[in-house]
Amino acid sequence: MSFLTGENLTGGYGGADILKGCTVGVERGKIAVIVGPNGAGKSTAMKAMLGMLKMREGRVMLDDRDITDLSPQARVGEGMAFVPQTSNVFVGLTVQENLEMGAFLREDDISETMDQVFELFPILKDKRDQAAGELSGGQRQQVAVGRALMTRPQVLMLDEPTAGVSPIVMDELFDRILEIRQTGVAILMVEQNARQALAIADKGYVLVTGENRYTDTGEALLADPDVRKSFLGG
Amino acid sequence: MSALTANPRLRATAAFAVMAALLVLVGFAQSWSLALAIINLCLISAIMALGVNIQWGYAGLFNVGIMGFAALGGVAALLVSMPAVPEAWAAGGVNLAFSALALIATIVAIIACMRLMRRGPGRTLAIVVLVVGGFFFIRVFYDPAVTAIEAVDSAKTGYLGGLGLPIVLSWFVGGLFAAGAAWLVGKVALGLRSDYLAIATLGISEIIITMLKNEDWLTRGVKNVTGLPRPVPYEINLQSSDRFIGWVEWLYSGRLADLGDSERAAALQQLVIENSSLFVKLCYAGLFTIVLLVVLMLSVLALNSPWGRMMRAIRDNEVSAGAMGKNVTKRHLQIFVLGSAVVGIAGAMLTTLDGQFTPGTYNPLRFTFLVWVMVIVGGSGNNLGAVIGGFLIWFMWVEAEPVGTWLMGVLTAGMAEDNRLRAHLIDSAQHMRLFVMGLLLLIVLRFSPGGLLPEVVRRQS
Amino acid sequence: MDYLIDVINALVLFSNFVLVPGLAYGSQLALGALGVTLVFGILRFANFAHGDTMAFGTMVTILLTWWLQSVGVGLGFLPTALIALPVGIAATALLVVFTDKAVYRYYRARKAVPVVFVMVSVGVMFMTNGVVRFIIGPDDRRFSDGERFLVKARTFKEVTGLSEGLAIRTTQGLTVVIAIALVVALFWFLQKTKTGKAMRAYSDNEDLALLSGINPDRIVLVTWVIAAALATIAGVLYGLDKSFKPFTYFQLLLPIFAAAIVGGIGQPVGAIVGGYVVAFSEVTITYAYKKFLIYLLPESLEPDGLMQLLSTDYKLAVSFLILVAVLLVRPTGIFSGRLL
Repeated sequence: MSFLTGENLTGGYGGADILKGCTVGVERGKIAVIVGPNGAGKSTAMKAMLGMLKMREGRVMLDDRDITDLSPQARVGEGMAFVPQTSNVFVGLTVQENLEMGAFLREDDISETMDQVFELFPILKDKRDQAAGELSGGQRQQVAVGRALMTRPQVLMLDEPTAGVSPIVMDELFDRILEIRQTGVAILMVEQNARQALAIADKGYVLVTGENRYTDTGEALLADPDVRKSFLGG
Repeated sequence: MSALTANPRLRATAAFAVMAALLVLVGFAQSWSLALAIINLCLISAIMALGVNIQWGYAGLFNVGIMGFAALGGVAALLVSMPAVPEAWAAGGVNLAFSALALIATIVAIIACMRLMRRGPGRTLAIVVLVVGGFFFIRVFYDPAVTAIEAVDSAKTGYLGGLGLPIVLSWFVGGLFAAGAAWLVGKVALGLRSDYLAIATLGISEIIITMLKNEDWLTRGVKNVTGLPRPVPYEINLQSSDRFIGWVEWLYSGRLADLGDSERAAALQQLVIENSSLFVKLCYAGLFTIVLLVVLMLSVLALNSPWGRMMRAIRDNEVSAGAMGKNVTKRHLQIFVLGSAVVGIAGAMLTTLDGQFTPGTYNPLRFTFLVWVMVIVGGSGNNLGAVIGGFLIWFMWVEAEPVGTWLMGVLTAGMAEDNRLRAHLIDSAQHMRLFVMGLLLLIVLRFSPGGLLPEVVRRQS
Repeated sequence: MDYLIDVINALVLFSNFVLVPGLAYGSQLALGALGVTLVFGILRFANFAHGDTMAFGTMVTILLTWWLQSVGVGLGFLPTALIALPVGIAATALLVVFTDKAVYRYYRARKAVPVVFVMVSVGVMFMTNGVVRFIIGPDDRRFSDGERFLVKARTFKEVTGLSEGLAIRTTQGLTVVIAIALVVALFWFLQKTKTGKAMRAYSDNEDLALLSGINPDRIVLVTWVIAAALATIAGVLYGLDKSFKPFTYFQLLLPIFAAAIVGGIGQPVGAIVGGYVVAFSEVTITYAYKKFLIYLLPESLEPDGLMQLLSTDYKLAVSFLILVAVLLVRPTGIFSGRLL
């Protein structure tokens, strides 16, 4: 069992089930990536892990504890951090205030963590007093990730962090994510850019219609001809 | 009980039966004249509630300006039925006509400006200049006209009067007035978030009342217009009509037969007086019932037509209806205008019943809020629900006052006669009606959002 | 030289009847609109009960003020109502927090559409209105005491030698000073404290705020308490400046909404600017300029009418016209608030 595991996830938004018993998980200091075609339930799986979806079956385990019944807020308190795909910054707040809000639950001194975030994303330090809404797309993603890191999470969950950013920014962002892995955080990511994402992944899950199709290391999936043919465009 | 909740038709029949029983009870316990008076206002309330139900129940539009639309109906009653005041027309008619022309010219100029000029600061400036210039231009004619008209025998007239037509016509005209105002408000506020319509209707209704109170040349303002012509006979004429006396004599022949001649004449006279007032009220009730039935029938037909289904589809899911290519804002405007027109009709009927137009009596609590309670308690989206809501809430509103005063009397019975608190409580009992109605609204909204007669949802196969 | 004095007289006249009253009224509206805009920003509905919340807070303050006056407690120069004000705020805060728990919370939990909130707030408005009328009655009430004027018209005339006097009532001065202090405090709170920032974050992006662990119940509670304080203070200042009548407070709703929307609803800065825009429009449009123009124009051009754009009876219409203009031209308001 991994550090964070979603087992036999089954459920949807009221209608037909979107997730049909899929299982995903991630270890500390590792990157796990969920890929798959549109409508495969990738983001839904992530929402299920975070408790934003009513599940009919299955359970979510964090560090050997069952957290299936916890609210999303409670899971944040337990060390899970989530970066949504859209609307993931407070546009009216400054960069620094965004980071402070990320650390809302912490009572201790947050300046050290903030320095670490600024070290990771130096551009944010220069723009710390600017409203997040005024930043470019790539910089906003950095604020979004930085906000999530402010809780000093054990698990960082990212929903398509590179959606809508240029290839250069994407590479840069993946580099930063690799750096975050160094600190021992478990990283679970949903990605459209499957090839690049699998390249940095320790583990990859290919979901199709809410079920696990392939599960292996990122390297192995990239090498698998079936996966390449069906999901990576050859 | 389970049959009642399951079968909408049974439920409706039961509700109306209870209502009828309550009214009969008033007839026996208090007086038939009072019962009929209550019924007449119940009928008008029901029509008003139907209008609001069209807006809220069919389309989810929240109109906080019912009072204003009802008052527009009221002013229509006055403008249609009162005789014209030729002296006032002679004094200010020409200038008033010029100011109307000036108004039209200004509007045309503004529209032309919006059509012909490009969007930008230039156009904005031009429009501002036109609005300000037009305002002064209109007032050049308007001010002397108003002064002249209001100077004409101000104790009795001081206004233009009306058209001198049968007052029943004003019910249509009132509907048209309200529809026009609703169109203007809807144009501005619909299509934005729902809160804006609520705020805009609140505003327009306050302004309509202000105008009716202050534009003396049109409405005599707070000096009121009394003695509006009636669509039904006058008591005094009935009392001198041989035919009516004959009727009464025939109706009460049993009771009259036992009396001696002198007593008999006095008793007959008394009966004629009582019955003339009942008869007049019955005439009104008949007229109002006809209107109610027509409006109700049209509402039911409309609700079950393809148009009505589309409206409810839009109400239940604006986004997907919009995605299916329905112009949601345009539909909302239609329905807002229609509903307001019905409120306007009811407003005209109310003024007709009162026989006078008194702008000072329009009160948002009595009009806007009470009608809302009627719709919600009756059952939003259900036309019969609106009707029963109109009846029941008006009944409660009228009967709450004696009950409340009595209750306060009982509660404070232990206190001394001259206790200030006691006097205050008894005096203020009437204000508790508001509190009770507000509470009723909140309780129904929360615990029984469907109301007495919930909307009947038909599954389309 | 004579003309210069005429011009100064005209300006003093204008200050006396437009500038000073407009400033005071604008401050009252700004405080009211701030409350509406905060509730909108956090709870996302236009709170129709705000005017009657103001009336409730003012009523509590008045009752206590009367009692204080009867036992001879006062502030001397300043109105006694200032002592009673904190109690009024506390009572109003209790009322709105109770209302939230009893009424609004249920709909929040069910994620009801905004129009339901608006309707419910209309219900609350009428209930509050009923309570106020029941307790204090529907009539005009006065409760101001202390020194009436900061600057007396006669003293002003004597000192300056001008023929026009400038009077500044204590309540007007007090209104402006308190409004400024409150606005500064509120902005400090919103910009500098953790709770204030969390409120802004919650208003900005509710889902992300929840993901950051911000407790929505606490944010809502704080918002209501602040709104109650602003409403009570605005109501008491208005009542001191003019008089207290429940129906007038209900009618204040329209200019308050207009102010909040003109400035951009959900935007605190907008509410303040909007308050002054509405107040000054109202006062300048309903002021009779006759005397003002007599000072400025040569005798041959002197006006014979009152030179009033609209009678004061139509002051509500001014708010409404501003509202309509904003909806037509720029529905987001001056400071680009949320599009309602």
